[in-house]
Amino acid sequence: MRYILRKLGFYLVAAWIAVTLNFALPRLIPGDPVQLIMTRQSQLGPVPPGEEEVLRRMLGLGHGNILGQYWDYLVSIVQLKFGLSVTYFPTPVTTILRSSVLWTLVLVGMATLISVLIGISLGTLAGWKRGTWLDSLVPSTTFLAAVPYFWVALLLIYLFTQVWTVFPDQFSYDPGLTIGWSGEFVSSAVRHAVLPAITIVVSSVGGWMLGMRNMMVSTLSEDYVSAAEAKGLRSRTVMLGYAARNAVLPSVAGFAISLGFVISGSLVMEMVFSYQGIGFQLLQAVSNNDYPLMQAIFLVITFAVLSANFLVDVLYGFVDPRTRLAR
Amino acid sequence: MNAPATGLTGPAEPAAGPRDVVLRARDIRVEYDGERPTRAVRGVSFELRRGEVLGIAGESGCGKSTLAYALTRMLKAPARMTGGSLTFRTREGEELDLLSLDDEELRTFRWTRLSMVFQSAMNALNPVTTIGRQFGDIFRAHRPDMGKDERLSRTRALLEMVGIDAGRTSSYPHELSGGMRQRVVIAMALALEPEVVIMDEPTTALDVVVQREILDEVERLREELGFSVIFITHDLGLLLEISDRLAVMYAGEIIEYAPAEELATRAAHPYTQGLLRSFPDLTGVRRELRGIPGSPPDLRAEPPGCAFADRCEHAFDPCRSSAPRLLDLGRPGGPWTAACHLNDPGHRSAAGAPTTEGRQS
Repeated sequence: MRYILRKLGFYLVAAWIAVTLNFALPRLIPGDPVQLIMTRQSQLGPVPPGEEEVLRRMLGLGHGNILGQYWDYLVSIVQLKFGLSVTYFPTPVTTILRSSVLWTLVLVGMATLISVLIGISLGTLAGWKRGTWLDSLVPSTTFLAAVPYFWVALLLIYLFTQVWTVFPDQFSYDPGLTIGWSGEFVSSAVRHAVLPAITIVVSSVGGWMLGMRNMMVSTLSEDYVSAAEAKGLRSRTVMLGYAARNAVLPSVAGFAISLGFVISGSLVMEMVFSYQGIGFQLLQAVSNNDYPLMQAIFLVITFAVLSANFLVDVLYGFVDPRTRLAR
Repeated sequence: MNAPATGLTGPAEPAAGPRDVVLRARDIRVEYDGERPTRAVRGVSFELRRGEVLGIAGESGCGKSTLAYALTRMLKAPARMTGGSLTFRTREGEELDLLSLDDEELRTFRWTRLSMVFQSAMNALNPVTTIGRQFGDIFRAHRPDMGKDERLSRTRALLEMVGIDAGRTSSYPHELSGGMRQRVVIAMALALEPEVVIMDEPTTALDVVVQREILDEVERLREELGFSVIFITHDLGLLLEISDRLAVMYAGEIIEYAPAEELATRAAHPYTQGLLRSFPDLTGVRRELRGIPGSPPDLRAEPPGCAFADRCEHAFDPCRSSAPRLLDLGRPGGPWTAACHLNDPGHRSAAGAPTTEGRQS
């Protein structure tokens, strides 16, 4: 328990530093970013009263001295007041985030998880049955990982939406449907998610498999694995409880890093599939100088990376007792 | 010496009769595959009697550990057994041919009949699970009808038996000192009350004080539980003290096989004499320490003569042309064999070389 609290404290400090850095960013933009945004917004339509105030607070450029500004900035973040988006004027930034974060999180999160699980399972088997047909499969999966991601994606789109129209080619659900827990909508969302998910899994599973396989092979030469075998334990116990249990540790650390990038790292996928996730929105925000949206997405990514790392740190404490120094 | 050489190629049948023997190895041969295969174990034969400590001594690289792995059928590619037979006689009097056991038979045989303490016992524990859990794995694999509480109480009893606090079942290996880990590993080896325990350099990584404690512990447990031990180490001094009988290995062969008590003063093989000279005798007279010049031969080569000839100060003509066989010296106190032409009456008279007996004072 102390371990978890200590980690939590560490991550809170890291989050605070990230938020504070974000506070400094708008000050580096030449000119007055608030006026810049207001001008763009007024070109698009009538700006609601109070928008300027919200923008100032959110960007940390409010009234008073720097401490007052900093306080206003923190309050607006806690209250999730990010102002209106320029790209989707006059939709509030929070609405855009709400509708895109979940799509990315579910799709990329699930795809990453599936990829890791498949990769680690196959890697375990390939390492255990070293030199068999399964093991000789490993180089071909790294070939898949070496092929550029967008190329795989385009190929799959061509094959499965043009040659055989099995799956829809873009967007995250059928726009004709209303969002909700209806069977029709869910099945539409799943159908739209299959192709992007497959491309993510196909392009990343080889790396996981190779890493796990190699760790497995080096773990198998450890004394405790030979000892487990000499003890006459069942080979399943030796493979999972002794070899894989130790070999998986580096992959867990790797998983932490890739989980953090689930939110931001799917940019190419979301572009190729026109999937309106957070990467897609970030691209829109950057190309439209949409500071409120960018600012909000940066924060979301920061928190996603931090919380993913925290999660895996806790997980790591479970799988490797040596990291639990203080209990 | 006027005792006739009997020409036996292995140790003679023990006087007490074959019933007494728990493990019999005949002509074990192990090769490491390669462009030129390394013949690491070259026709080793021995008999382990019930309740005795058989010491196996030799320099690094002489095939001791490979032999231990062969005995437990733990050899992994590129190593493979190219010949020999292994017979295990159980408490119940059943003869098991270890080399013909299938996977499942082998699995159940391991640890219930024959267990092993590994060379680096420090690393023989799984770092990510608790001690209790690792004992539990053994019981789950071999005593499936044992309940959870029974497993735990047995684990606690085993830990206490080797002088470790029973509360340590919930500790992880990294929370124990080297000596404690060693004790845990020994307790694990005894978990199923095996008939034979192979100890491969079990105390090499420990300091002499802890080493002494552990050895006393092993000795006490052996008297209590009556298992046989094959103790493998390069430390001949240690072996002389704890073993009943001793096999000295050189270049993959046993070159002398003798009662431990008398070996110190009457070693018959020049290599054994060299090993004895290379460590100080704490209780005896002061003498000059001398090592053995040169280094062990390349095990890939196939020299026609004695593998030790190049390093032997007594080498004479036949040593380089024909390989000596293990000959029974016919000494009292059990089988005493040595593979050296100096002990072969035929060669000895031809060369006119003196017998080596009693030369190492």
